[in-house]
Amino acid sequence: MIDYEAIMLTIITASTPLLLAAIGELVVERSGVLNLGLEGMMVMGAVAGFAMAQVTGSAWLGVLMAMFAGVAMSLLFAFLTQTLVTNQVATGLSITLLGLGLSGLIGSGFVGMPGVKLESVSIPVLSDLPYVGTLVFGQDPLVYISIILVIGVSYMLKRTRMGLIIRAVGQNHNSAHALGYSVIKVRYACIAFGGMTSGLAGAYLSLVYTPQWIENMTAGRGWIALALVVFSTWLPGRLAAGAYLFGGVWILGLYAQGMGVPIPSQLLSSLPYVATIIALILISTNRRLSVINTPASLGQGFVPDR
Amino acid sequence: MRLILEKRPQASRLMYFSSPLLAIVLTVIVGGLIFAAMGQPPLRALYLYFIDPITNLWSIEEVLVKATPLILIGVGLAVTFRANVWNIGAEGQLTAGALMGSIIPILFTSWQSPLALFCMLVMGMIGGALLAAIPALLKVRFGVNEILTSLMLVYIVHLLLDWLVRGPWKDPFGYNFPKSIGFDDWHLLPTFGDGRVHLGLVIAIIIALILYWVMARTIKGFEVRVIGAAPRAGAFAGFSQAKMVWFCFLLSGGLAGLAGIIEVAGTIGQLQPNISPSYGFTAIIVAFLGRLNPIGVIFAGLLLAVSYIGGEGVQIELGMSDKTTQVFQGMLLFFILMCDTLIHYRLRFLKGNGGQL
Repeated sequence: MIDYEAIMLTIITASTPLLLAAIGELVVERSGVLNLGLEGMMVMGAVAGFAMAQVTGSAWLGVLMAMFAGVAMSLLFAFLTQTLVTNQVATGLSITLLGLGLSGLIGSGFVGMPGVKLESVSIPVLSDLPYVGTLVFGQDPLVYISIILVIGVSYMLKRTRMGLIIRAVGQNHNSAHALGYSVIKVRYACIAFGGMTSGLAGAYLSLVYTPQWIENMTAGRGWIALALVVFSTWLPGRLAAGAYLFGGVWILGLYAQGMGVPIPSQLLSSLPYVATIIALILISTNRRLSVINTPASLGQGFVPDR
Repeated sequence: MRLILEKRPQASRLMYFSSPLLAIVLTVIVGGLIFAAMGQPPLRALYLYFIDPITNLWSIEEVLVKATPLILIGVGLAVTFRANVWNIGAEGQLTAGALMGSIIPILFTSWQSPLALFCMLVMGMIGGALLAAIPALLKVRFGVNEILTSLMLVYIVHLLLDWLVRGPWKDPFGYNFPKSIGFDDWHLLPTFGDGRVHLGLVIAIIIALILYWVMARTIKGFEVRVIGAAPRAGAFAGFSQAKMVWFCFLLSGGLAGLAGIIEVAGTIGQLQPNISPSYGFTAIIVAFLGRLNPIGVIFAGLLLAVSYIGGEGVQIELGMSDKTTQVFQGMLLFFILMCDTLIHYRLRFLKGNGGQL
């Protein structure tokens, strides 16, 4: 007998860090910036969140600290790519390398310590409902935050003036500049938002998913989140669907191992990465889907002429 | 105070050569601050990190051993990045080369001739190039982002190596350790004297010199530079972007694969789950620090090799985390990119909002 509710719960847990990191990057890319530093910002969030929760005993302070660390890393990226107009691909890589190194250095004293877990909320009565009770009303707070973020970003991009400005900056930074918008300020803000959600994603890993600090505990999730943004064709709704699909693939591998399926564990562990490549192929072969929402200025630096 | 950029009429030659040095100075300063913040004596730590590795013969040899794969991968990536093609999966291509080349010493142990070693090197290159062909094909055929696919393959091929050394290729008399059999003498690269430095270093330097010549003196080198700097001009000149993607991936993948089999047959002597301390990623820094120029890459490779040995030094002497190396390497790339801005721009500080009309 397979416990479907338990499987659904673990899928949501595996998907949420991907969703959190990806929804921020979606906004960043919509503003025309490609930040490949996701993995680095995420892992810094994970270690900062763990350390803060460990020292203060409060998981919530850990979450705050993780957001702060993610924003700090993202501002380094913003300073280089926006103020100094460096190559965005290379700068993103340097943020990832730096983040992986620094987090290891900071976290070396925390390896093996039992962590502080962010408690799930449990809405009385409702969470006792059969089948959907825990699934809908008994999750940890960050799951709800991730869903609110997706809805909020979707609304913001589609329906608000701010969203329009962000999209204009991402589509054609010269026109946006000519209209009087400060391209660089808008991009700084979007990059910082991306840093914040990456930090949250990191906190999810070290405070909820496995409440302890393990070196390189992001295990490529930052890169998968980047692929998810491409897969979503820059639409928040599709992003959420994609994230849960990927979380499902991740959990499928774990369950198959647990049930003793006679396949090498390494093959199952490689599933998320294989799935990422296949997903990228599927979406890229569909020209109509992949081109229509691509921000036209993606990855290009902007220097205002005077 | 506001910081603005002012475009130089011409790229600055002076900054072109001094920006890597400036980046190194900044890395040393911030590195010293980090050491101090972690309660270590900063000057002693910096001495251990940067100077101590080049003060005795043993560690100089180690530096040369570590520089070998960095130079090999770095020159391939230098050409690739020059053409604005982004292969960041060299770490996986290194592993693929090591796997492919190890077929001979593991499965055909009885083939003992100098030709076997040569075939191992060739198969290593093929292994790396084959793995690199996947992102190239997907990029050219379907327009899939090469950065993400080349990186995903790193994870996949690492798991393949892990499976092989724990499964079919595990040494049956190895007390159940996840290692292959030790390679036969015929399948190991010859070393210089009794030391650790092996033939790989010579191969790396020869390839760097050849690529320098290709980039500076041949049409192919010109094509790489044109497509990288101005893709539209390249298209008008009749250069094919798709062929360039293929060329770059096969070249950099092949060289990373060669570095992989050289590392296994020259330094380690068998397959194990970890064959590279992220050489493939560090080589990205090597390429940028070397100004995307093959000769520059040789020097940059030596410097980054020092950073590995120095990292081990502070780990042993001061009990610091082995992550120190990664922090220094990450900072170095960060500061090079920062300083490179000065090649094309001047920095101006404006008081208040004075610059705005």
